[in-house]
Amino acid sequence: MRAVGAAIAIALVVIAGVALPPYYEEVLVDGLINAVFAVSLNLLLGYTGLPSLGHAAYFASGAYAAGLVSLHVTHSFWIGALSGTAAGAILGAIFGVVALRTKGAYFLMITLALGQIAWAVAYSWRDVTGGDDGLRGIPAPDIGLSIVHLDGPRLYFVLTLIALVATLAATRLLVGSPFGRTLRGIKDNSVRMGALGYNVWLHRYLAFVMASAGAGFAGVLFVYHKGFVSPDVAHVVTSAQAMLMVILGGAGTLWGPVAGAMTITVLGNFASTYTLHWTLILGLLYIGVVLIAPTGIISVLARPKGSR
Amino acid sequence: MNFWSIQLLNGLSLAMVLFLLSAGLSVIFGLMRIINLAHGSFYLIGGYIGLTVIERSGSFWFGLAIAPILVGLLGVILQRLLLRRVQHDELSQVLLSFGVLLVCSDVALTLWGGLPQTLPRPEALDGTIKLGTIVFPMYRMALSMAGIAVAVILWLLLGRTKVGARVRASVDDEEMARGIGINTGAVFAGVFGLGAALAGMAGVLGGAMLGVYPGADFDVILLAFAVVVIGGLGSLRGALVGSLFIGIANTLGNALMPQFALFTVFVPMVAMLAFRPSGFFGRS
Repeated sequence: MRAVGAAIAIALVVIAGVALPPYYEEVLVDGLINAVFAVSLNLLLGYTGLPSLGHAAYFASGAYAAGLVSLHVTHSFWIGALSGTAAGAILGAIFGVVALRTKGAYFLMITLALGQIAWAVAYSWRDVTGGDDGLRGIPAPDIGLSIVHLDGPRLYFVLTLIALVATLAATRLLVGSPFGRTLRGIKDNSVRMGALGYNVWLHRYLAFVMASAGAGFAGVLFVYHKGFVSPDVAHVVTSAQAMLMVILGGAGTLWGPVAGAMTITVLGNFASTYTLHWTLILGLLYIGVVLIAPTGIISVLARPKGSR
Repeated sequence: MNFWSIQLLNGLSLAMVLFLLSAGLSVIFGLMRIINLAHGSFYLIGGYIGLTVIERSGSFWFGLAIAPILVGLLGVILQRLLLRRVQHDELSQVLLSFGVLLVCSDVALTLWGGLPQTLPRPEALDGTIKLGTIVFPMYRMALSMAGIAVAVILWLLLGRTKVGARVRASVDDEEMARGIGINTGAVFAGVFGLGAALAGMAGVLGGAMLGVYPGADFDVILLAFAVVVIGGLGSLRGALVGSLFIGIANTLGNALMPQFALFTVFVPMVAMLAFRPSGFFGRS
Protein backbone atom coordinates (compact mmCIF):
# COMPACT_ATOMS: atom_id res chain seq x y z
CA MET A 1 0.00 0.00 0.00
CA ARG A 2 2.67 2.45 1.02
CA ALA A 3 4.86 1.61 -1.94
CA VAL A 4 1.96 2.29 -4.29
CA GLY A 5 1.29 5.61 -2.56
CA ALA A 6 4.93 6.56 -2.85
CA ALA A 7 5.05 5.63 -6.51
CA ILE A 8 1.94 7.70 -7.20
CA ALA A 9 3.41 10.67 -5.34
CA ILE A 10 6.63 10.51 -7.30
CA ALA A 11 4.73 10.12 -10.56
CA LEU A 12 2.62 13.17 -9.74
CA VAL A 13 5.67 15.25 -9.01
CA VAL A 14 7.35 14.13 -12.23
CA ILE A 15 4.25 14.95 -14.27
CA ALA A 16 3.97 18.32 -12.58
CA GLY A 17 7.60 19.01 -13.26
CA VAL A 18 7.30 18.13 -16.92
CA ALA A 19 3.92 19.65 -17.68
CA LEU A 20 3.98 22.93 -15.81
CA PRO A 21 5.67 26.11 -17.00
CA PRO A 22 9.22 26.84 -15.79
CA TYR A 23 8.18 29.09 -12.89
CA TYR A 24 6.33 26.26 -11.20
CA GLU A 25 9.23 23.96 -11.83
CA GLU A 26 11.38 26.38 -9.87
CA VAL A 27 8.94 26.15 -6.97
CA LEU A 28 8.91 22.36 -7.17
CA VAL A 29 12.70 22.23 -7.05
CA ASP A 30 12.63 24.51 -4.00
CA GLY A 31 10.18 22.11 -2.45
CA LEU A 32 12.31 19.07 -3.23
CA ILE A 33 15.41 20.69 -1.74
CA ASN A 34 13.47 21.65 1.39
CA ALA A 35 12.24 18.07 1.49
CA VAL A 36 15.80 16.72 1.60
CA PHE A 37 16.57 19.23 4.37
CA ALA A 38 13.45 18.25 6.31
CA VAL A 39 14.15 14.52 5.91
CA SER A 40 17.61 15.06 7.42
CA LEU A 41 16.12 16.92 10.37
CA ASN A 42 13.54 14.20 10.79
CA LEU A 43 16.28 11.67 11.44
CA LEU A 44 17.28 13.74 14.44
CA LEU A 45 13.91 15.03 15.57
CA GLY A 46 11.47 12.35 14.55
CA TYR A 47 13.47 9.17 14.96
CA THR A 48 16.00 10.01 17.68
CA GLY A 49 13.89 12.51 19.61
CA LEU A 50 16.44 15.34 19.56
CA PRO A 51 14.74 18.67 18.82
CA SER A 52 17.35 20.75 17.05
CA LEU A 53 16.58 24.41 16.48
CA GLY A 54 19.87 25.04 14.69
CA HIS A 55 19.81 22.54 11.86
CA ALA A 56 20.14 25.30 9.29
CA ALA A 57 23.78 25.70 10.34
CA TYR A 58 24.70 22.45 8.59
CA PHE A 59 22.54 23.30 5.60
CA ALA A 60 24.45 26.57 5.31
CA SER A 61 27.86 24.97 5.73
CA GLY A 62 27.06 22.57 2.90
CA ALA A 63 25.85 25.42 0.71
CA TYR A 64 28.85 27.65 1.38
CA ALA A 65 31.32 24.77 0.98
CA ALA A 66 29.86 23.71 -2.35
CA GLY A 67 29.64 27.33 -3.45
CA LEU A 68 33.26 28.02 -2.62
CA VAL A 69 34.42 24.82 -4.31
CA SER A 70 32.42 25.72 -7.37
CA LEU A 71 33.82 29.25 -7.51
CA HIS A 72 37.45 28.49 -6.77
CA VAL A 73 38.21 24.86 -7.48
CA THR A 74 36.03 22.94 -9.87
CA HIS A 75 32.60 22.93 -11.42
CA SER A 76 32.20 19.23 -10.87
CA PHE A 77 28.92 18.44 -9.15
CA TRP A 78 30.32 15.36 -7.46
CA ILE A 79 33.26 17.17 -5.85
CA GLY A 80 30.99 19.99 -4.78
CA ALA A 81 28.42 17.62 -3.35
CA LEU A 82 31.06 15.65 -1.51
CA SER A 83 32.56 18.83 -0.04
CA GLY A 84 29.20 20.15 1.03
CA THR A 85 28.05 16.93 2.63
CA ALA A 86 31.40 16.57 4.37
CA ALA A 87 31.23 20.18 5.57
CA GLY A 88 27.83 19.51 7.11
CA ALA A 89 29.08 16.31 8.73
CA ILE A 90 32.22 17.95 10.13
CA LEU A 91 30.34 20.90 11.59
CA GLY A 92 27.82 18.46 13.03
CA ALA A 93 30.64 16.41 14.52
CA ILE A 94 32.07 19.48 16.25
CA PHE A 95 28.79 21.05 17.39
CA GLY A 96 27.35 17.67 18.32
CA VAL A 97 29.93 17.12 21.01
CA VAL A 98 28.85 20.33 22.71
CA ALA A 99 25.14 20.04 22.05
CA LEU A 100 24.78 16.47 23.29
CA ARG A 101 25.80 17.50 26.77
CA THR A 102 22.26 18.77 27.15
CA LYS A 103 18.73 17.45 26.89
CA GLY A 104 15.25 18.71 26.21
CA ALA A 105 14.76 22.45 26.53
CA TYR A 106 18.46 23.06 26.99
CA PHE A 107 19.23 21.08 23.84
CA LEU A 108 16.79 23.33 22.00
CA MET A 109 18.55 26.41 23.27
CA ILE A 110 22.09 25.24 22.70
CA THR A 111 21.32 24.20 19.12
CA LEU A 112 19.70 27.60 18.64
CA ALA A 113 22.82 29.33 19.91
CA LEU A 114 25.13 27.15 17.83
CA GLY A 115 23.05 27.90 14.77
CA GLN A 116 23.34 31.61 15.48
CA ILE A 117 27.11 31.24 15.87
CA ALA A 118 27.20 29.69 12.41
CA TRP A 119 25.09 32.59 11.15
CA ALA A 120 27.44 35.06 12.81
CA VAL A 121 30.45 33.42 11.16
CA ALA A 122 28.77 33.57 7.76
CA TYR A 123 27.87 37.20 8.41
CA SER A 124 31.23 38.36 9.71
CA TRP A 125 33.82 36.46 7.69
CA ARG A 126 33.61 38.70 4.65
CA ASP A 127 36.80 37.44 3.06
CA VAL A 128 35.52 33.91 2.77
CA THR A 129 31.75 34.05 2.86
CA GLY A 130 31.18 37.50 1.43
CA GLY A 131 29.51 38.68 4.62
CA ASP A 132 25.93 39.76 4.27
CA ASP A 133 26.40 40.07 0.53
CA GLY A 134 26.89 36.34 0.36
CA LEU A 135 28.41 34.29 -2.42
CA ARG A 136 27.14 35.10 -5.84
CA GLY A 137 27.53 33.96 -9.40
CA ILE A 138 27.92 30.30 -8.58
CA PRO A 139 27.86 28.49 -11.91
CA ALA A 140 25.67 25.57 -12.84
CA PRO A 141 27.32 22.32 -11.82
CA ASP A 142 28.83 19.83 -14.20
CA ILE A 143 27.80 16.24 -13.63
CA GLY A 144 30.45 14.91 -15.93
CA LEU A 145 28.23 13.57 -18.70
CA SER A 146 29.02 15.59 -21.76
CA ILE A 147 25.57 15.22 -23.21
CA VAL A 148 23.86 16.49 -20.11
CA HIS A 149 24.24 20.05 -18.90
CA LEU A 150 22.54 21.16 -15.76
CA ASP A 151 21.91 24.71 -16.75
CA GLY A 152 18.40 23.86 -17.75
CA PRO A 153 15.77 23.93 -15.02
CA ARG A 154 14.26 20.71 -16.31
CA LEU A 155 17.45 18.73 -15.85
CA TYR A 156 18.06 20.21 -12.43
CA PHE A 157 14.55 19.19 -11.48
CA VAL A 158 15.37 15.61 -12.44
CA LEU A 159 18.59 15.80 -10.43
CA THR A 160 16.90 17.01 -7.26
CA LEU A 161 14.15 14.45 -7.63
CA ILE A 162 16.75 11.69 -7.86
CA ALA A 163 18.57 13.21 -4.89
CA LEU A 164 15.40 13.20 -2.80
CA VAL A 165 14.57 9.62 -3.73
CA ALA A 166 18.12 8.59 -2.88
CA THR A 167 17.94 10.38 0.46
CA LEU A 168 14.62 8.74 1.26
CA ALA A 169 15.97 5.33 0.32
CA ALA A 170 19.02 5.84 2.52
CA THR A 171 16.83 7.00 5.39
CA ARG A 172 14.50 4.04 4.98
CA LEU A 173 17.44 1.65 5.08
CA LEU A 174 18.91 3.36 8.11
CA VAL A 175 15.70 3.52 10.06
CA GLY A 176 14.86 -0.12 9.36
CA SER A 177 18.29 -1.31 10.40
CA PRO A 178 19.22 -2.32 13.95
CA PHE A 179 20.90 1.05 14.33
CA GLY A 180 17.70 2.80 13.37
CA ARG A 181 15.62 0.72 15.70
CA THR A 182 18.01 1.53 18.51
CA LEU A 183 17.51 5.21 17.77
CA ARG A 184 13.80 4.85 18.07
CA GLY A 185 14.24 2.98 21.31
CA ILE A 186 16.37 5.82 22.60
CA LYS A 187 13.69 8.30 21.61
CA ASP A 188 11.09 6.36 23.56
CA ASN A 189 13.09 5.68 26.69
CA SER A 190 16.78 6.45 26.76
CA VAL A 191 17.21 5.37 30.36
CA ARG A 192 15.94 1.89 29.64
CA MET A 193 18.09 1.63 26.52
CA GLY A 194 21.10 2.59 28.58
CA ALA A 195 20.23 -0.01 31.16
CA LEU A 196 19.98 -2.58 28.40
CA GLY A 197 23.56 -1.85 27.48
CA TYR A 198 23.24 0.39 24.43
CA ASN A 199 25.64 3.28 24.13
CA VAL A 200 23.05 6.03 24.07
CA TRP A 201 25.45 8.93 23.58
CA LEU A 202 27.20 7.29 20.65
CA HIS A 203 23.96 6.51 18.88
CA ARG A 204 22.73 10.06 19.37
CA TYR A 205 26.04 11.47 18.21
CA LEU A 206 26.09 9.37 15.06
CA ALA A 207 22.50 10.35 14.31
CA PHE A 208 23.49 13.99 14.81
CA VAL A 209 26.42 13.74 12.42
CA MET A 210 24.42 11.87 9.79
CA ALA A 211 21.56 14.34 10.00
CA SER A 212 24.06 17.18 9.64
CA ALA A 213 25.57 15.49 6.59
CA GLY A 214 22.10 15.20 5.09
CA ALA A 215 21.48 18.87 5.74
CA GLY A 216 24.80 19.69 4.11
CA PHE A 217 23.75 17.71 1.06
CA ALA A 218 20.51 19.69 0.88
CA GLY A 219 22.61 22.83 1.08
CA VAL A 220 24.62 21.69 -1.92
CA LEU A 221 21.45 21.22 -3.97
CA PHE A 222 20.31 24.63 -2.80
CA VAL A 223 23.39 26.55 -3.77
CA TYR A 224 23.63 24.99 -7.22
CA HIS A 225 19.96 25.75 -7.79
CA LYS A 226 20.05 29.39 -6.75
CA GLY A 227 23.60 30.22 -7.76
CA PHE A 228 23.74 32.29 -4.59
CA VAL A 229 23.92 31.85 -0.83
CA SER A 230 23.70 34.35 2.02
CA PRO A 231 23.97 34.13 5.84
CA ASP A 232 20.18 34.00 6.18
CA VAL A 233 20.22 30.31 5.26
CA ALA A 234 21.90 29.67 8.63
CA HIS A 235 19.47 31.74 10.65
CA VAL A 236 17.14 30.30 13.26
CA VAL A 237 14.18 31.27 11.06
CA THR A 238 15.35 28.69 8.48
CA SER A 239 15.83 26.08 11.22
CA ALA A 240 12.39 26.77 12.66
CA GLN A 241 10.80 26.49 9.24
CA ALA A 242 12.43 23.08 8.71
CA MET A 243 11.08 22.02 12.06
CA LEU A 244 7.60 23.15 11.07
CA MET A 245 7.86 21.17 7.84
CA VAL A 246 8.75 18.03 9.77
CA ILE A 247 6.03 18.48 12.36
CA LEU A 248 3.38 19.51 9.85
CA GLY A 249 4.05 16.48 7.72
CA GLY A 250 4.55 14.13 10.61
CA ALA A 251 7.70 13.62 12.65
CA GLY A 252 8.98 10.08 12.70
CA THR A 253 7.37 9.10 9.42
CA LEU A 254 9.30 8.64 6.21
CA TRP A 255 7.12 10.75 3.93
CA GLY A 256 5.94 13.27 6.50
CA PRO A 257 8.81 15.72 6.07
CA VAL A 258 8.41 15.53 2.29
CA ALA A 259 4.72 16.37 2.51
CA GLY A 260 5.39 19.14 5.00
CA ALA A 261 8.19 20.63 2.94
CA MET A 262 6.24 20.59 -0.33
CA THR A 263 3.17 22.07 1.38
CA ILE A 264 5.01 24.93 3.03
CA THR A 265 7.12 25.70 -0.05
CA VAL A 266 4.20 25.71 -2.47
CA LEU A 267 1.97 27.59 -0.04
CA GLY A 268 4.68 30.14 0.64
CA ASN A 269 5.29 30.80 -3.00
CA PHE A 270 1.66 31.24 -3.90
CA ALA A 271 0.83 33.22 -0.81
CA SER A 272 3.68 35.59 -1.52
CA THR A 273 2.26 36.23 -4.96
CA TYR A 274 -1.13 37.30 -3.69
CA THR A 275 -0.47 38.86 -0.33
CA LEU A 276 2.17 40.66 1.67
CA HIS A 277 1.16 38.78 4.77
CA TRP A 278 2.86 35.42 4.29
CA THR A 279 4.56 35.94 7.66
CA LEU A 280 1.16 36.19 9.31
CA ILE A 281 -0.12 33.09 7.53
CA LEU A 282 3.03 31.17 8.39
CA GLY A 283 2.70 32.20 12.02
CA LEU A 284 -0.91 31.02 12.09
CA LEU A 285 0.25 27.74 10.50
CA TYR A 286 2.76 27.24 13.32
CA ILE A 287 0.04 27.82 15.89
CA GLY A 288 -2.49 25.72 14.00
CA VAL A 289 -0.22 22.73 13.55
CA VAL A 290 0.66 22.66 17.23
CA LEU A 291 -2.92 22.97 18.41
CA ILE A 292 -4.73 20.94 15.79
CA ALA A 293 -2.40 18.39 14.24
CA PRO A 294 0.71 17.91 16.34
CA THR A 295 1.32 14.49 14.87
CA GLY A 296 1.24 15.83 11.35
CA ILE A 297 -0.91 15.38 8.28
CA ILE A 298 0.64 12.10 7.14
CA SER A 299 -0.27 10.34 10.34
CA VAL A 300 -3.78 11.76 10.11
CA LEU A 301 -4.06 10.42 6.56
CA ALA A 302 -2.49 7.10 7.41
CA ARG A 303 -4.86 6.41 10.24
CA PRO A 304 -6.75 3.18 9.40
CA LYS A 305 -10.32 3.82 8.32
CA GLY A 306 -12.89 3.43 11.03
CA SER A 307 -10.69 4.26 13.96
CA ARG A 308 -11.41 7.91 14.66
CA MET B 1 39.57 56.56 30.90
CA ASN B 2 36.77 58.47 29.23
CA PHE B 3 36.31 55.70 26.69
CA TRP B 4 35.90 53.00 29.31
CA SER B 5 33.47 54.94 31.48
CA ILE B 6 31.31 55.76 28.50
CA GLN B 7 31.32 52.15 27.36
CA LEU B 8 30.57 51.00 30.87
CA LEU B 9 27.59 53.31 31.14
CA ASN B 10 26.35 52.28 27.71
CA GLY B 11 26.74 48.65 28.71
CA LEU B 12 24.94 49.33 31.97
CA SER B 13 21.98 50.98 30.28
CA LEU B 14 21.73 48.12 27.77
CA ALA B 15 21.94 45.74 30.72
CA MET B 16 19.00 47.45 32.37
CA VAL B 17 16.85 47.12 29.27
CA LEU B 18 17.86 43.47 29.04
CA PHE B 19 17.07 42.97 32.72
CA LEU B 20 13.53 44.26 32.31
CA LEU B 21 13.17 42.00 29.34
CA SER B 22 14.63 38.87 30.79
CA ALA B 23 13.49 39.05 34.41
CA GLY B 24 10.05 38.05 33.25
CA LEU B 25 11.36 35.40 30.89
CA SER B 26 13.51 33.83 33.58
CA VAL B 27 10.81 33.64 36.23
CA ILE B 28 8.29 32.39 33.67
CA PHE B 29 10.59 29.56 32.70
CA GLY B 30 11.45 28.75 36.28
CA LEU B 31 7.80 28.78 37.23
CA MET B 32 6.04 27.27 34.30
CA ARG B 33 8.91 25.69 32.38
CA ILE B 34 7.59 27.56 29.38
CA ILE B 35 9.92 28.68 26.63
CA ASN B 36 8.26 31.72 25.15
CA LEU B 37 9.84 32.97 21.95
CA ALA B 38 7.11 35.60 21.65
CA HIS B 39 8.62 37.50 24.58
CA GLY B 40 10.45 39.57 21.99
CA SER B 41 7.08 40.55 20.57
CA PHE B 42 6.14 42.05 23.95
CA TYR B 43 9.15 44.31 23.65
CA LEU B 44 8.33 45.30 20.08
CA ILE B 45 4.64 45.93 20.67
CA GLY B 46 5.37 47.74 23.92
CA GLY B 47 7.73 50.04 22.08
CA TYR B 48 5.29 50.69 19.27
CA ILE B 49 2.32 51.28 21.59
CA GLY B 50 4.50 53.60 23.61
CA LEU B 51 5.43 55.45 20.44
CA THR B 52 1.81 55.96 19.43
CA VAL B 53 0.72 57.03 22.91
CA ILE B 54 3.60 59.48 23.21
CA GLU B 55 2.89 60.94 19.80
CA ARG B 56 -0.81 61.32 20.51
CA SER B 57 -0.55 62.58 24.06
CA GLY B 58 2.76 64.39 23.99
CA SER B 59 3.82 62.78 27.23
CA PHE B 60 6.59 60.19 27.59
CA TRP B 61 5.46 59.22 31.06
CA PHE B 62 1.94 58.52 29.86
CA GLY B 63 3.32 56.20 27.22
CA LEU B 64 5.54 54.54 29.78
CA ALA B 65 2.51 53.90 31.97
CA ILE B 66 0.06 52.72 29.30
CA ALA B 67 2.22 50.45 27.15
CA PRO B 68 3.20 47.94 29.87
CA ILE B 69 -0.40 47.63 31.00
CA LEU B 70 -1.64 46.81 27.51
CA VAL B 71 1.23 44.44 26.82
CA GLY B 72 0.68 42.76 30.19
CA LEU B 73 -2.93 42.14 29.21
CA LEU B 74 -1.79 40.71 25.90
CA GLY B 75 0.53 38.41 27.81
CA VAL B 76 -2.20 37.12 30.06
CA ILE B 77 -4.46 36.46 27.06
CA LEU B 78 -1.64 34.65 25.29
CA GLN B 79 -0.97 32.46 28.30
CA ARG B 80 -4.55 31.58 29.07
CA LEU B 81 -5.58 31.02 25.47
CA LEU B 82 -2.61 29.34 23.89
CA LEU B 83 0.39 28.53 26.02
CA ARG B 84 -1.57 26.79 28.71
CA ARG B 85 -2.49 24.06 26.20
CA VAL B 86 1.11 23.05 25.61
CA GLN B 87 2.15 23.15 29.21
CA HIS B 88 4.56 20.24 29.30
CA ASP B 89 5.76 19.95 25.74
CA GLU B 90 8.81 22.09 25.03
CA LEU B 91 8.86 21.54 21.31
CA SER B 92 5.24 22.57 20.94
CA GLN B 93 5.87 25.64 23.07
CA VAL B 94 8.73 26.67 20.82
CA LEU B 95 6.70 26.24 17.65
CA LEU B 96 3.59 27.85 19.11
CA SER B 97 5.39 30.87 20.53
CA PHE B 98 7.40 31.21 17.33
CA GLY B 99 4.10 31.36 15.45
CA VAL B 100 2.88 34.07 17.80
CA LEU B 101 6.15 35.93 17.22
CA LEU B 102 5.58 35.85 13.46
CA VAL B 103 1.95 36.92 13.76
CA CYS B 104 2.82 39.84 16.05
CA SER B 105 5.70 40.80 13.80
CA ASP B 106 3.42 41.01 10.78
CA VAL B 107 0.70 42.90 12.65
CA ALA B 108 3.26 45.39 13.95
CA LEU B 109 4.64 45.87 10.44
CA THR B 110 1.15 46.51 9.09
CA LEU B 111 0.17 48.93 11.85
CA TRP B 112 3.39 50.88 12.26
CA GLY B 113 5.24 50.48 8.99
CA GLY B 114 8.73 49.33 8.17
CA LEU B 115 10.85 52.35 8.99
CA PRO B 116 12.96 52.25 12.14
CA GLN B 117 11.68 54.77 14.65
CA THR B 118 12.96 56.13 17.92
CA LEU B 119 10.74 57.04 20.80
CA PRO B 120 11.11 60.68 21.78
CA ARG B 121 12.72 61.16 25.16
CA PRO B 122 11.10 63.21 27.90
CA GLU B 123 12.37 66.76 27.99
CA ALA B 124 13.43 66.45 31.59
CA LEU B 125 15.91 63.75 30.64
CA ASP B 126 17.00 65.00 27.27
CA GLY B 127 20.44 66.34 27.78
CA THR B 128 23.74 65.55 29.31
CA ILE B 129 25.12 65.45 32.77
CA LYS B 130 28.68 66.12 33.73
CA LEU B 131 30.55 64.01 36.26
CA GLY B 132 34.05 65.30 36.66
CA THR B 133 35.52 65.35 33.19
CA ILE B 134 33.07 62.90 31.70
CA VAL B 135 29.86 63.85 29.95
CA PHE B 136 27.03 61.29 30.04
CA PRO B 137 23.64 61.38 28.37
CA MET B 138 21.13 61.98 31.15
CA TYR B 139 18.70 59.49 29.71
CA ARG B 140 21.08 56.57 30.02
CA MET B 141 21.90 57.47 33.60
CA ALA B 142 18.23 57.68 34.48
CA LEU B 143 17.61 54.37 32.73
CA SER B 144 20.33 52.64 34.72
CA MET B 145 18.95 53.96 37.97
CA ALA B 146 15.41 53.01 36.99
CA GLY B 147 16.57 49.51 36.21
CA ILE B 148 18.13 49.12 39.62
CA ALA B 149 14.95 50.47 41.21
CA VAL B 150 12.83 47.94 39.35
CA ALA B 151 15.20 45.17 40.37
CA VAL B 152 14.88 46.16 44.00
CA ILE B 153 11.09 46.39 43.79
CA LEU B 154 10.87 42.96 42.15
CA TRP B 155 13.16 41.48 44.73
CA LEU B 156 11.06 42.90 47.54
CA LEU B 157 7.88 41.77 45.85
CA LEU B 158 9.12 38.24 45.39
CA GLY B 159 10.94 37.88 48.65
CA ARG B 160 8.98 39.92 51.16
CA THR B 161 5.31 39.75 50.29
CA LYS B 162 2.66 37.10 50.61
CA VAL B 163 2.03 37.18 46.89
CA GLY B 164 5.72 36.67 46.31
CA ALA B 165 5.71 33.75 48.70
CA ARG B 166 2.93 32.14 46.72
CA VAL B 167 4.93 32.58 43.51
CA ARG B 168 8.03 31.11 45.08
CA ALA B 169 6.05 28.18 46.44
CA SER B 170 4.61 27.51 42.99
CA VAL B 171 8.11 27.65 41.47
CA ASP B 172 9.49 25.21 43.98
CA ASP B 173 6.72 22.66 43.83
CA GLU B 174 3.58 23.29 41.86
CA GLU B 175 1.67 20.26 43.03
CA MET B 176 2.38 20.93 46.66
CA ALA B 177 1.45 24.56 46.26
CA ARG B 178 -1.88 23.58 44.79
CA GLY B 179 -2.24 21.09 47.57
CA ILE B 180 -2.07 23.78 50.22
CA GLY B 181 -4.63 25.88 48.43
CA ILE B 182 -2.63 28.25 46.26
CA ASN B 183 -4.42 29.09 43.02
CA THR B 184 -1.50 28.22 40.76
CA GLY B 185 -3.50 29.06 37.64
CA ALA B 186 -3.89 32.62 38.83
CA VAL B 187 -0.25 32.75 39.91
CA PHE B 188 0.90 31.59 36.50
CA ALA B 189 -1.30 34.06 34.64
CA GLY B 190 -0.22 36.85 36.93
CA VAL B 191 3.49 36.13 36.60
CA PHE B 192 3.18 35.82 32.85
CA GLY B 193 1.33 39.12 32.68
CA LEU B 194 3.90 40.85 34.87
CA GLY B 195 6.74 39.45 32.79
CA ALA B 196 5.04 40.67 29.63
CA ALA B 197 4.42 44.09 31.17
CA LEU B 198 8.09 44.39 32.10
CA ALA B 199 9.06 43.48 28.57
CA GLY B 200 6.68 46.13 27.28
CA MET B 201 8.30 48.63 29.63
CA ALA B 202 11.66 47.56 28.25
CA GLY B 203 10.27 48.30 24.80
CA VAL B 204 9.42 51.88 25.73
CA LEU B 205 12.61 52.59 27.68
CA GLY B 206 14.82 50.76 25.22
CA GLY B 207 12.94 52.21 22.29
CA ALA B 208 13.93 55.69 23.30
CA MET B 209 17.54 54.56 23.35
CA LEU B 210 17.87 51.94 20.62
CA GLY B 211 14.75 52.53 18.57
CA VAL B 212 11.98 50.18 17.46
CA TYR B 213 12.10 48.52 14.06
CA PRO B 214 10.85 45.38 12.34
CA GLY B 215 13.11 42.62 13.52
CA ALA B 216 13.72 44.12 16.95
CA ASP B 217 11.59 41.32 18.38
CA PHE B 218 14.03 38.79 16.99
CA ASP B 219 17.14 40.65 18.03
CA VAL B 220 16.04 41.08 21.62
CA ILE B 221 14.68 37.58 22.11
CA LEU B 222 18.07 36.13 21.20
CA LEU B 223 19.79 38.46 23.65
CA ALA B 224 17.19 37.70 26.32
CA PHE B 225 17.73 33.98 25.93
CA ALA B 226 21.47 34.43 26.28
CA VAL B 227 20.84 36.42 29.46
CA VAL B 228 18.59 33.85 31.10
CA VAL B 229 20.83 30.96 30.12
CA ILE B 230 23.88 32.65 31.64
CA GLY B 231 22.14 33.98 34.68
CA GLY B 232 20.16 30.86 35.31
CA LEU B 233 16.55 30.06 34.61
CA GLY B 234 14.09 30.89 37.33
CA SER B 235 16.31 33.34 39.17
CA LEU B 236 15.84 37.10 39.44
CA ARG B 237 19.40 37.53 40.68
CA GLY B 238 20.53 35.47 37.71
CA ALA B 239 18.63 37.72 35.32
CA LEU B 240 20.42 40.73 36.78
CA VAL B 241 23.86 39.15 36.63
CA GLY B 242 23.21 37.77 33.16
CA SER B 243 21.98 41.15 31.92
CA LEU B 244 25.05 42.90 33.25
CA PHE B 245 27.27 40.31 31.64
CA ILE B 246 25.61 40.39 28.24
CA GLY B 247 24.95 44.12 28.25
CA ILE B 248 28.55 45.00 28.98
CA ALA B 249 30.05 42.23 26.84
CA ASN B 250 27.91 43.15 23.85
CA THR B 251 28.64 46.87 24.19
CA LEU B 252 32.37 46.35 24.57
CA GLY B 253 32.29 43.88 21.71
CA ASN B 254 30.58 46.37 19.45
CA ALA B 255 33.04 49.07 20.42
CA LEU B 256 36.28 47.11 20.29
CA MET B 257 35.79 44.42 17.66
CA PRO B 258 32.58 44.99 15.72
CA GLN B 259 33.08 42.04 13.43
CA PHE B 260 33.07 39.68 16.39
CA ALA B 261 30.40 41.44 18.42
CA LEU B 262 27.81 38.75 17.66
CA PHE B 263 30.03 36.11 19.21
CA THR B 264 30.21 37.89 22.56
CA VAL B 265 26.63 36.85 23.11
CA PHE B 266 26.38 33.35 21.69
CA VAL B 267 29.71 31.83 22.67
CA PRO B 268 29.18 32.39 26.42
CA MET B 269 25.67 31.05 25.99
CA VAL B 270 26.94 27.83 24.40
CA ALA B 271 29.71 27.51 26.96
CA MET B 272 27.29 27.90 29.82
CA LEU B 273 24.83 25.39 28.37
CA ALA B 274 27.58 22.88 27.80
CA PHE B 275 29.22 23.08 31.19
CA ARG B 276 26.64 24.42 33.62
CA PRO B 277 23.18 24.39 32.08
CA SER B 278 21.56 25.79 35.18
CA GLY B 279 23.53 29.00 34.75
CA PHE B 280 25.03 30.96 37.58
CA PHE B 281 22.02 31.06 39.84
CA GLY B 282 19.49 28.84 38.20
CA ARG B 283 17.24 26.19 39.60
CA SER B 284 17.23 23.11 37.39
